[in-house]
Amino acid sequence: MRGVIYVLSALAVVALGFWAYQENYSTQQSLREVRQLYARIGAAHARLGMLNAEWAYLNRPDRLRDLADLNFDRLGLLPLRPEAFGQIEQVGFPPEMLPPIMNPVEVSSAFMNTDEEPL
Amino acid sequence: MIRRPLRPLARILKARDRGENPDAIERENLRLRHEENRDRARSRAEGRLLVLGGCFFLAFGAIGLKMGGMAGAPAEEPRASASGNPIIAQRADITDRKGRILATNLDTYALYAQPPQMVDPVRSAAELVRIFPELDEQELLEDFTGPRKFMWIRKQISPEQRQAVHDIGDPGLLFGPREMRIYPNGPVAAHILGGASYGREGVSSAEVIGVAGVERRFDAYLRDPANEGAPLRLSLDLTVQSAVEEVLLGGMNLLNARGAAAVLMEAKTGEIVAMASLPDFDPNNRPRPLTKGSPADSPLFNRMVQGVYELGSVFKIFAVAQGLEMGLIQPSTMIDTKGPMTWGRFRIRDFHDYGPQLSATDVIVESSNIGTSRIALMFGAEKQREFLGELGMLEPTAVEMIEAPTGKPLLPAQWSEISTMTISYGHGLSVTPLHLAAGYATLANGGLKVTPTLLHKANRAPGERVVSEQTAAATRAMLRAVVSRGTASLGDVEGYEVGGKTGTADKPKENGGGYYKDKVISTFAGMFPATDPKYVFVVTFDEPVETTGSIPRRTAGWTAVPVAAEMIRRTAPLLGLRPQVEGAPYEGISLAAN
Repeated sequence: MRGVIYVLSALAVVALGFWAYQENYSTQQSLREVRQLYARIGAAHARLGMLNAEWAYLNRPDRLRDLADLNFDRLGLLPLRPEAFGQIEQVGFPPEMLPPIMNPVEVSSAFMNTDEEPL
Repeated sequence: MIRRPLRPLARILKARDRGENPDAIERENLRLRHEENRDRARSRAEGRLLVLGGCFFLAFGAIGLKMGGMAGAPAEEPRASASGNPIIAQRADITDRKGRILATNLDTYALYAQPPQMVDPVRSAAELVRIFPELDEQELLEDFTGPRKFMWIRKQISPEQRQAVHDIGDPGLLFGPREMRIYPNGPVAAHILGGASYGREGVSSAEVIGVAGVERRFDAYLRDPANEGAPLRLSLDLTVQSAVEEVLLGGMNLLNARGAAAVLMEAKTGEIVAMASLPDFDPNNRPRPLTKGSPADSPLFNRMVQGVYELGSVFKIFAVAQGLEMGLIQPSTMIDTKGPMTWGRFRIRDFHDYGPQLSATDVIVESSNIGTSRIALMFGAEKQREFLGELGMLEPTAVEMIEAPTGKPLLPAQWSEISTMTISYGHGLSVTPLHLAAGYATLANGGLKVTPTLLHKANRAPGERVVSEQTAAATRAMLRAVVSRGTASLGDVEGYEVGGKTGTADKPKENGGGYYKDKVISTFAGMFPATDPKYVFVVTFDEPVETTGSIPRRTAGWTAVPVAAEMIRRTAPLLGLRPQVEGAPYEGISLAAN
């Protein structure tokens, strides 16, 4: 009996050792992956920063103003001025489009067959 | 194990024969047995102690070895415990209120040389000069062949230049990574942002530190890794700032002015939407401070925050506001304006003779020095000082720029009665235009004090009350009257109900001894829309002159006011304000979107 317990505990120690070994190496693998991910995130951040800076540089007010002046013939862009605002009444209603008449009704003869007096 | 009997029969019988006590034998044997037992127990305990000692020795030995190893090995970041984001360790961006970038970083490289490792110094020097024409080939060669072990060549280089240096192929030319602060909008908001430069420099990195403006004021915040790169959000609006600078520059050129400054501020919160000072500079390439002459001539000088000026008649509204607040006058009270007014050896005159008396409103509308002097005499020096102090006119502004404390108001050495009178129309007390904007904002905000700020915040605690709601409303009506029928009639932008006050102050001579006759500071300060002010503005020109007429005109009504009007025309629509038809609002129609 005692021998069996000894053998079993020895086997348990071996199994636990194997498990710890595996865990150790998978942890190290995860750490390596995390480090690579950080490196990639860092590179992405650097790229994002560069793109943001470039976007800001391309959209700087001086350049946009020059571009608007340069392309005035084509775009006709002007600074927004108070005259650009209008009142709601200044906007005309759209002309009402009537549907085409599909079933013409003879108005003058509409009441001919009724007994009632037209009001 | 054989136990020795305690009473061996042979010895007992022998002892009995000899007449001895056999119990002595038993006791003797018992003693021997006890001693034997004791010795055995002791040796076992000693063995255990030895084993235990060995275990402890091994354990402490292991810990000691590990400690020795850790102390001896180069330090390493613990990889598993990543607290916070280790990537964003650079200086945070600065953005405007809508998140548009005002300052950001770019990765770049610094170029340095290690002459001992150089293969062909002569060729390297020649090639370097071809890439960087501003370098001196002879000096480079001397450095490369001299005793130096290390030298910086350029602090920042572009990717093209880096590739070109790389192509030289000399192992003694090396690159260190750098972060470079860039301001993509160039000179827009240059004075506010300030600029940045390198602090302590190493080969592998260098710290970027702010040198002026908000960059320096918020240096610690911008560099704090705990913020994880969260940008510093200013209250500026890039579009409005750019429009203000454009209009101001146009005005300055037309008026041949030495300098100009403008601020546009939210009336309720004190958030500065746009603030400009001309001439300006490019913070990407910050010029050096002047070594001689007046620092005010440098483009680095911020006239809005650092420049203290006697701003003239724009101050009159404060005297009238105080008179109204103390119940001394009403808007319709008639004030004696018969001139010239003599006080000791001083004489106070008006621009024109306005007759024997004017109402308090007309004193503001016509800008009568004598009228405001009389009002100021009603409450006296002590009360005036107290009131201007409450408005914040006696302390530097609290705006979040490192330069703010240098804009310290110049007070009269002795606040006498004549000072009271001159200060009532804006002479004898020098403040920055930003002080003035804050004072006008207080009137625009219904009498609650407004502190100018550059930070965009959702909620702000209301300021303390300086004047009552009624007084503030009365002063606003007066300011509106100045524009609709007074000295600032050119500033009447249709639909925006502009209210304001002009000020034309003669410049004091630098060496003392009176004022220049033909040099003025002209200012227009005001708010729009006057009935419910949303924005407060101040426009100031240094030595403007308007020459379209037959005689040169310098008064603010001809210089600062038209520029301010153009500024409002350009910026108000950008700020989302619709022009309103005054006096006849459309009933039953509400604003759905703007």
